Amino acid sequence: MRVTRLLFLLLSSVLTVLCAGAQDSVSHVASRLDSMQYLSNVTVYATRPYAEVIPAQTLSGRQLERLNSHSVADAVRYFAGVQLKDYGGVGGIKTVDMRSMGSNHMGVFYDGIQLGNAQNGQIDLGKFSLDNIEEIALYNGQKSEIFQPARDFGSAGSIYLRTRRPSFADGKRHNLNVTFRTGSFGLANPSLRWEWKAGERVSVALNAEYTYATGRYRFRYHKVFSDGTLAWDTTAVRQNGDLNSLRLEATVFGHNDRGLWNAKAYFYDSERGIPGAIINNVWKASQRQWDRNFFAQGRYQTRVTRRYELMVNAKYARDYMRYLNPDTTLMYLDNKFWQDEAYLSAANKVNLADNWDVNLSVDYKWNYLNSTLKNFSYPTRHTLLTALATAYTIGGLKAQASLLYTLVNDRYSSRYNGDVLARHSKSLNKWTPAVFLSYRPMAAHDLNIRAFYKKIFRMPTFNDLYYTDIGNASLNPEYAHQWNVGLQYQRMSDTDFVSALRLTADAYYNRVTDKIIAIPKGNGQYRWMMMNIGTVKIRGIDLTARIAMRLTRELSLNGTLNYTYQRAQDYTDPTDTGDGGTYRGQIAYIPWRSGSAVAHLGWRDLDVNYSFIYVGERYHDSANTREQYEQPWYTHDLSASYRLRLGKTSLRVTCEVNNVFNQQYDVIHNYPMPGRNYKLILKYDI
Amino acid sequence: MRLRHNILLLMCAVALLAGCRHDDVIFIPEEVSVTQPQYAELYGFYLLNEGTMNYNNSSLDYYDFSTGIYSRNIYASANPDVPMELGDVGNDIAIYGSRLYAVINCSNKVEVMDARTTRRIGQVDIPNCRYIKFHKGFAYVTSYAGEVIIDPNYEQTGYVAKVDTATLQVVARCEVGFQPDGIEISEGKIFVANSGGYMVPNYENTISVIDLETFREEERIPIAKNLHRLIQDKRGILWISARGDYYTEQSDIYAYDIRKHRLVKRMDCRVSNWCACDDKLYVIGTEFDMMTMRNTISWNVIDMNKMEILSEKIINDGTEEEIIMPYGIKVNSLTKDIYVLDARDYRNPGRLYCFDSYGMLKWKIRTGIIPAHIVFWGNNSNNLTNLNN
Repeated sequence: MRVTRLLFLLLSSVLTVLCAGAQDSVSHVASRLDSMQYLSNVTVYATRPYAEVIPAQTLSGRQLERLNSHSVADAVRYFAGVQLKDYGGVGGIKTVDMRSMGSNHMGVFYDGIQLGNAQNGQIDLGKFSLDNIEEIALYNGQKSEIFQPARDFGSAGSIYLRTRRPSFADGKRHNLNVTFRTGSFGLANPSLRWEWKAGERVSVALNAEYTYATGRYRFRYHKVFSDGTLAWDTTAVRQNGDLNSLRLEATVFGHNDRGLWNAKAYFYDSERGIPGAIINNVWKASQRQWDRNFFAQGRYQTRVTRRYELMVNAKYARDYMRYLNPDTTLMYLDNKFWQDEAYLSAANKVNLADNWDVNLSVDYKWNYLNSTLKNFSYPTRHTLLTALATAYTIGGLKAQASLLYTLVNDRYSSRYNGDVLARHSKSLNKWTPAVFLSYRPMAAHDLNIRAFYKKIFRMPTFNDLYYTDIGNASLNPEYAHQWNVGLQYQRMSDTDFVSALRLTADAYYNRVTDKIIAIPKGNGQYRWMMMNIGTVKIRGIDLTARIAMRLTRELSLNGTLNYTYQRAQDYTDPTDTGDGGTYRGQIAYIPWRSGSAVAHLGWRDLDVNYSFIYVGERYHDSANTREQYEQPWYTHDLSASYRLRLGKTSLRVTCEVNNVFNQQYDVIHNYPMPGRNYKLILKYDI
Repeated sequence: MRLRHNILLLMCAVALLAGCRHDDVIFIPEEVSVTQPQYAELYGFYLLNEGTMNYNNSSLDYYDFSTGIYSRNIYASANPDVPMELGDVGNDIAIYGSRLYAVINCSNKVEVMDARTTRRIGQVDIPNCRYIKFHKGFAYVTSYAGEVIIDPNYEQTGYVAKVDTATLQVVARCEVGFQPDGIEISEGKIFVANSGGYMVPNYENTISVIDLETFREEERIPIAKNLHRLIQDKRGILWISARGDYYTEQSDIYAYDIRKHRLVKRMDCRVSNWCACDDKLYVIGTEFDMMTMRNTISWNVIDMNKMEILSEKIINDGTEEEIIMPYGIKVNSLTKDIYVLDARDYRNPGRLYCFDSYGMLKWKIRTGIIPAHIVFWGNNSNNLTNLNN
């Protein structure tokens, strides 16, 4: 009932806006809201490629900076349809779940190339600081642009992280930025960025960041009697949540008359404590984790002939992870893992007619996992991906279809006590399609009706399949089927009081079959118990509104609102219906309602930002019993930022207060989140 | 202006939709009438649900014979002042005298309660504690946690803690093998099943024998890989369950003659849990087959005198088809009722099935997460000791 009421309200407001808009002249001046995005796009593409059929939800530039976010994980909470699994604190694992299909269905791309984790399929977005990120874009289904590697067609949802590209003011050959962040959790976080214009067509960016945090914060658990009087109440300090990390990144950007290229090297090294669950009689954990990630990647994109464009991507990545449980009262563990990935891709786009493009992409990927685990099976995976895609435009209709062919070959061995019992080779090949449509009924109004269908699967990860004693080599791929219909309306004007407005509404139905569910096992967060539990159906609505207003010549007000309603039900076991049954229960950690609101006030060099996140009630498992109930949580964050101009340089000072009302909440059961906390940021640009 | 109005309206709508937090309320037991009240010498039984690791949701249920009422999750309301309730992963439960002891493995403690009211009396801190047995005013608790020694080649042996039940203090420790599980006390000796569960694939294969008087380990008797549970019968036979190595060696039951100091029988019977009642051993076996990647469930009744399998069926009405993961079994020697505990998917509530002596279903009820251990409660303590063995 409440949903229908909201839908009605939104629809009526959309309609009112449309009527009001009809009287205005439509102009396509980029608003202040989107100016960063606009600018960077211009610098990137000599010719703008075929526009996406369904645009992304994006956060970029100053807007991204203002969100009181430390990592990419904090920022993606502001997207509609996204749920963050957050184990709390600076070092706690943070993974993202889009439209309740599970975090393994999500692809994360760093400067255009996917970040892989063949071991557990999870990308911990908490490890990616926002320091060097210029834009985060989120796509449901896939980026509906055909000129891309085959791998980009291979996820049920994608997040694209784009690092800053150097831009130089007239006559400048160097840019230097020094940033220092400090505040709660014993945070000391200096970073340095240097940009060099090496030539007319080549620029270099170097970025280094160091993060130290004790990760300590106070938290409180309590319970009351039914009459509201306090039954018990306990406050403690979160222990073993410290983090020590170093990130180094170097990128070279270049272009020539026919195209552009870039090359990047990335290094990340960290040690962290794993704070563990808070349980009766245990308030402190001692598990540690070390990560070392390195990758080098490059892209070359060129227009070979008037009708043929080529894009080549290549990458090599090596990831090291060590997990230590030194607690001698528990099982002593000291496990090390090494992952290698090599990747090569070629995308070929042919322009058949002015309104018709065809693309063929072929990717090859190699993964290997080595470990100190006993009886380990040392799996190797070869993946060949081929995508054929086409895009066609006629009148107001944009259509796109793609077909992905995946061929996977896994080789592994069964071992016991050092002896190889058998060697196995397993292959699998699948065809998966996707169709994207968008229609603009009125040329005078930027109103688009859109729809997509996509079928995709995710491979079971190496852990799912081969982790000693936990893995299940007979696991099937997990499928996601997505249907989506929606509309988007936008209006921009440089004269109106409302300078930019964008409203979107989408309704979706997803079906996940052969679902592999991971539940925490043992004391390490990365250890899971795998179960192929079956079927989930997700029916949801995502609503977003974005508005920019010019109150006076110097005073501007921007706001965004996101709202998601989801029914994500467990359809695994139709016989499990009785008391305590799981059939049709809401799946673990998916709230029915969630949303966010952001308001920003800008006056000259002063910015004030308010952001709000809401996650409604959830259950931590499908039976939805009272013992599995999880409270809603909502946090209010405030920040103020002022830019001091010092000659040709400038210093930006930002103060943040997060979780203003000091809400004590858990995202994951028994993993307490920080209460009110503060941050000070100094950013100096030369 | 209308636009601004609408945005305001929208914001209000979002605010309206946002359900608010409220304080977590102490759980009141859920009482369900499952069957007719019946006269019994016993008051009822407690059921300890293990709960999911890290979820701190081990819970206690109670079934009252005289009312036929099953009460779910009774600990919190009996002890509303105890922070974080019962704890994480309950592994064993026992009654000694008028007290109820719950061994809470991952909370590193033995919770001591009044057996009638389940009101907390205190706790005994024992890291990684597993199973409990009593003898003459002392509780003996096995623990996986060895001495804390800084040594790179340190190997983590376990111990048996001797707890004075009057003071709830650990008065002595006796080191045994790696990761000791089941414990049994018989004829002046303490027998401990060493598992070596953390030493994969180098499992333990011994029983430690401790002298009750000196509380010193006297010998280790090799039996089989990865030992788990122990039951002694009145003829001096120690029944031993071994988990096997999950690869080549299957679980099995062994009979060791304490008086003759020798292994007398290997049963060739799969076992994950069992209970003894009137010279019979009721055995459930859930064996994971690496080839088929499936669980195979077996049900056996063993004649402890003849040392042979009496029957390969416990349930006779087809109810076993709906039992997904049998995890515990208990037989009431007075009524001969059979209680079977189904842990299902380990994450959602389990089930308790009550069968009569013919294996016909009498009733069933939802339990907490991973129902696993039952202890009977009544006024006749002699009777109780036998019943709960």
